[in-house]
Amino acid sequence: MLYVVDETEINVKGKSISVRNLTKRFGSFTAVDNITFDVGQGEIFGFLGANGAGKTTAMRMLCGLSMPTSGEATVAGFDLYKSADKIKENIGYMSQKFSLYEDLTVRENIRFYGGIYGLSNAEIKSKTEHLAESLKLEDKLNSLVKSLPLGWKQKLSFSVAMIHDPKIVFLDEPTGGVDPITRREFWTMIFEAANRGTTVFATTHYMDEAEYCNTVSIMVDGQIAEMGAPDELKTKFSAKDMGEVFLQLARGAKRGDE
Amino acid sequence: MNAVEIKNIKKTFAVEKSTVTALHDISFEVNRGELFGLIGPDGAGKTTLFRLLTTLMLADSGTAKVDGYDVVTDFKEIRKRVGYMPGRFSLYQDLTVEENLSFFATLFNTSIEENYELVKDIYVQIEKFKTRKAGALSGGMKQKLALCCALIHKPSVLFLDEPTTGVDAVSRVEFWDLLRNLQQQNITILVSTPYMDEAGLCDRVALIQDGRILDIDTPVGITEKFSDPLWSVRTDNMYKLLVDMTSMDEVISCYPFGQEHHVVFKGDSGKSKAEAQLSQLGYQGIHFKKIEAGIEDCFMSLMKQK
Repeated sequence: MLYVVDETEINVKGKSISVRNLTKRFGSFTAVDNITFDVGQGEIFGFLGANGAGKTTAMRMLCGLSMPTSGEATVAGFDLYKSADKIKENIGYMSQKFSLYEDLTVRENIRFYGGIYGLSNAEIKSKTEHLAESLKLEDKLNSLVKSLPLGWKQKLSFSVAMIHDPKIVFLDEPTGGVDPITRREFWTMIFEAANRGTTVFATTHYMDEAEYCNTVSIMVDGQIAEMGAPDELKTKFSAKDMGEVFLQLARGAKRGDE
Repeated sequence: MNAVEIKNIKKTFAVEKSTVTALHDISFEVNRGELFGLIGPDGAGKTTLFRLLTTLMLADSGTAKVDGYDVVTDFKEIRKRVGYMPGRFSLYQDLTVEENLSFFATLFNTSIEENYELVKDIYVQIEKFKTRKAGALSGGMKQKLALCCALIHKPSVLFLDEPTTGVDAVSRVEFWDLLRNLQQQNITILVSTPYMDEAGLCDRVALIQDGRILDIDTPVGITEKFSDPLWSVRTDNMYKLLVDMTSMDEVISCYPFGQEHHVVFKGDSGKSKAEAQLSQLGYQGIHFKKIEAGIEDCFMSLMKQK
């Protein structure tokens, strides 16, 4: 039942992420077990799995934060082993816990992240104006981030992850806890980014959000158990939605809760 | 006698120089033996309400009773009778699974043996880790241990604050199965969740947003009140369709729902007018399907009405 990619050689053309036999072991524990997949440019790729399936470990490797035990990967055109720093320059990352500084203002956060990613003062100034307008945060630029409602924090956090116009943006459970309208406003920002050509690599526990993705992969016990367009997977598993597909696959998991 | 009676409860918090109203004049009842869901996003007031009902906090005004006892004057009685599982993991991380459970049993003058029947189904799932420190458990296991600790004194009313947040879909389904079983043992359960799809698993739900109850009813009762015809639509470029439809005067709402958009049109002629515009924009063979509203459709519609 394992998903198999025919080509064994890495072909980066039109592909934003190419992963071949990627493996990560911690002692005797194989967190990520020989995974292989490709993500096309401008694609929204849903990276699903039960708690403990190995998603976070895989994602940390793709972001250049953790070295694989074996296997190959190219992210944004750069090799994981040789150019991890180049990868970091070309990707954005947003986690559920946000990387915004609560005790800095909105403006200071934008300036801080702009500076980290090497934007010039002029670029930071124009980005700040643009973000304030598009997020309707004009009145809030000088407010501390901790005073903002959760939904605004999420949108700002996403915008800050995109401040250097990265080729790929990684989203780790980005939409927890917000109301359904705000959740959709957030996804509209994601659709917009993908429409402009940014590749989106996202994890989520909301199964309806899995259906917003062009391609979904489902990890079970460190391996990619299934991968495909939501329609293909639903047909294959005779399921009415992705939630059912997920349950059928993840129920077979041996580890995760140990 | 109802398990929970809430009358005109109001609660405000001072935040820096301003005042935030967490609960605006909330009133409702929960029947004995009911599995009652409080459905709403972060900041809706769910946790504040649970803290008031578990006597951990005082309301500004209004009254509330739990199991027939007043939350202010009879707080000691209530504390003996309720089980509370807070949203944040609140057990002792450096005690083992077994030590935590035994500690909570002792606090309530009982023992694990005395009420073992009640927690058995849950405890057997974590028993093989009973010598492991609670801090070293996975999320799903912590959640099960916390539920055991909240149950070990055989409460009559159980408060579960977002037990399934951040938990994967498989563990969520299992957790709701556990709640159904507990309900059979005559425990009234109040559970809060930000996941709208869990509403359907409750006997009745309160939809809550910004400290106000949007609606209280059975899940079916709520969806039946959605009065406008609701349509779903699919095409190749869903983002473009969303942008195009959102900007049309004939469209009251257009929201992405998985691979479809859910659309409400203005008036009887709205749909045909919108379809004409779509075909002018070059959309071909676009087909709207009439659908029944779900809880999330209702929640968004009620949010917009407020």
